Amino acid sequence: MATMNMIQALNSAMDVMLTKNPDVLIFGEDVGFFGGVFRATDGLQKKHGVQRCFDSPIGEAGIVATAIGMGAYGLRPVIEIQFADYIYPAYDQLVSAAARLRYRSAGDFSAPITLRSPYGGGIFGGQTHSQSPEALFTHVCGLKTVIPSNPYDAKGLLISAIEDDDPVMFFEPKRIYNGPFDGHHDRAVTPWSKHPASDVPDTYYTVPLGKAAIVREGSDLTVLSYGTMVHVSLAAALEAGIDAEIVDLRTLMPVDIETITQSIEKTGRCVIVHEATRTSGYGAELSALVQENCFYHLEAPIERVAGWDTPYPHAFEWQYFPGPGRVADAMRRVMEA
Amino acid sequence: MKNRAPLSLHIPEPRLRPGDQPDFSHIKVLKAGEVRRPDINVTAKNTTDIAYSLVRVLGEDDKVHGPWDPHVDVETLKRGLRNMVVTRTFDDRMYRAQRQGKTSFYMKCTGEEAIAVSQAAALDPEDMCFPTYRQQGLLISRGYPIVDMMNQIYSNERDPLKGRQLPIMYSSKKHGFFSIAGNLAMHYSQAVGWAMASAYKGDDRICAAWIGDGSTAEGDFHTALTFAAVYRAPVILNVVNNQWAISSYQGIAGGDESTFAARGIGYGIPALRVDGNDFLAIYAVTKWAADRAHANLGPTLIEHFTYRVEGHSTSDDPNRYRPAEEAKAWPFGDPINRLKKHLIALGKWSEAEQAALEKAVDEEVRAAQKEAESHGTLGSGKLPSVRTMFEDVYKEMPWHIRRQRQEMGV
Repeated sequence: MATMNMIQALNSAMDVMLTKNPDVLIFGEDVGFFGGVFRATDGLQKKHGVQRCFDSPIGEAGIVATAIGMGAYGLRPVIEIQFADYIYPAYDQLVSAAARLRYRSAGDFSAPITLRSPYGGGIFGGQTHSQSPEALFTHVCGLKTVIPSNPYDAKGLLISAIEDDDPVMFFEPKRIYNGPFDGHHDRAVTPWSKHPASDVPDTYYTVPLGKAAIVREGSDLTVLSYGTMVHVSLAAALEAGIDAEIVDLRTLMPVDIETITQSIEKTGRCVIVHEATRTSGYGAELSALVQENCFYHLEAPIERVAGWDTPYPHAFEWQYFPGPGRVADAMRRVMEA
Repeated sequence: MKNRAPLSLHIPEPRLRPGDQPDFSHIKVLKAGEVRRPDINVTAKNTTDIAYSLVRVLGEDDKVHGPWDPHVDVETLKRGLRNMVVTRTFDDRMYRAQRQGKTSFYMKCTGEEAIAVSQAAALDPEDMCFPTYRQQGLLISRGYPIVDMMNQIYSNERDPLKGRQLPIMYSSKKHGFFSIAGNLAMHYSQAVGWAMASAYKGDDRICAAWIGDGSTAEGDFHTALTFAAVYRAPVILNVVNNQWAISSYQGIAGGDESTFAARGIGYGIPALRVDGNDFLAIYAVTKWAADRAHANLGPTLIEHFTYRVEGHSTSDDPNRYRPAEEAKAWPFGDPINRLKKHLIALGKWSEAEQAALEKAVDEEVRAAQKEAESHGTLGSGKLPSVRTMFEDVYKEMPWHIRRQRQEMGV
């Protein structure tokens, strides 16, 4: 057991899998000698050799395409797209090939690739380093989408993703790489070392895909969230004095409908929180699922707290970012309804 | 106002349109044997002359000429001839089946048979292929049952792809034939990844990919060449320049400005341009490229210069955009006829044997068609179980898809 931040936990997951399985290899922009712009692959090339962790050309479509070809061969490539905002050149490869390969070949070929990508805002990255495009991928049948919220989960989920036989989009909320940022940008962030989820085994373990975690039990309402927003929602509940049950979805596709249903049936109220823009965001799917599965248990309309429907604005980071104030307001509205 | 001529936008146009007399006099027909054969460790730059020329082996006299003579044994040639005849006969039967309403769609490769068939002969059977929809000759050459190709085309109860794919989008891992996609060019860079994987594992299998002249305009082509060059991937990158991308002539893909083979030079990939209707020349350049790949010298780009004799697909009418009879004027002849005449010139074949071969193949294909149709044709009601529609989206069926299957009542 060691104390790890999220970067160290992700690094450890890849280290463990490189050691365990010779068919695992890592590539992406700047991930080799340098160890990645966020240092997630730091030291892996030195330890495991240049052929197992190497730099790619600046070509996201090529990174994904070659990973698909490697997957068809029988390898398990782990690729990094440096920022989720850069993923769009690879969208065709992901949607038309990675996601469809098993189906269209009737199981003959598959693409067991793991695509890691730092995503989300809160770092003054402007509109090309802050986006949350997860709904563009949860809409695509054949892809799985995973978003961890803490170091322990990050490592266990990444190992599960690498071992999974389907393509997995693994989005890493970069704002919480170093600590559980709760949205209070004017306060110092507590480091992960003060958080119990920073106790991470050095060795192999998994956190299963498709299983949510209840990070705080409560009876007033249910928050459905993931990534950075889990910590924002925790802060909001505390500050609003509301006994919220906070569900960290961890996997968005396939989503853990049982945990969602059980929680809403208990609380009867639901607030959905994500950073991504609101319209057609993943919250819309969650809202529909809650309505379809729990309508007769609902005592109030479902609330969604999300990024505004604008591109991510550099100078208005904190007006844009759905912070604890907006989440707390939504919680109060749901309680008063 | 500055004293300059106004700018003008260039829109490429083919030289001839419907109603014009077919004329290929602008294409220089090099004599067989004229192009030099460099050593396999040649630099890309030192293949420039070949990338702008045309490797030809079979001459007007039906004999082999020059340094690219691949010294292929007669049995291989006869097998190639047969596989080309099967491919053409298969195409004709399936085209007719579509016209009879037995399936929705079909695509022929008429005039281009030598490319897939000769390359299948030159590659090892274990080498991996990332084809387009016009390399059905690969499957036929590798012994994939033609009845299963038909079952796929008919989306019937024996369709290996369970009714999920448009006709001719075959897939067979066992035959080293990657699942075909209608999204053109995407597979080209995937093939580079497969080749990288083979090199990573210290395997001895190489990879080959095909793309049309038209879809070289996709970014995936640039991506494939970049990644292949950077990692020296053991891959043969083929461009089948059949002059037409549906109704757009090759100039719309940039073919008037340079040859497609020449694209490779700037990436540092040795490039060859070959007569795509010359079975022996294709065999020779493919062996050369395969030798390079096996020697860890990396990728080779091959442009196959040929002509798409038929329409793009059963949904296309080429008489609306190019002169009728143009195919007959193609100065490089017909690949089947040329190989047949070569075998005759060798004294190893005769017109009578050719007629017997064509008859035997026709019967074989008809018998396969009869068998396939006994398992159903599109719309006949004999389909794979609709339950299978929900399978293989993921390896394990997730709850929401299971629920949708239940909702459908199957």
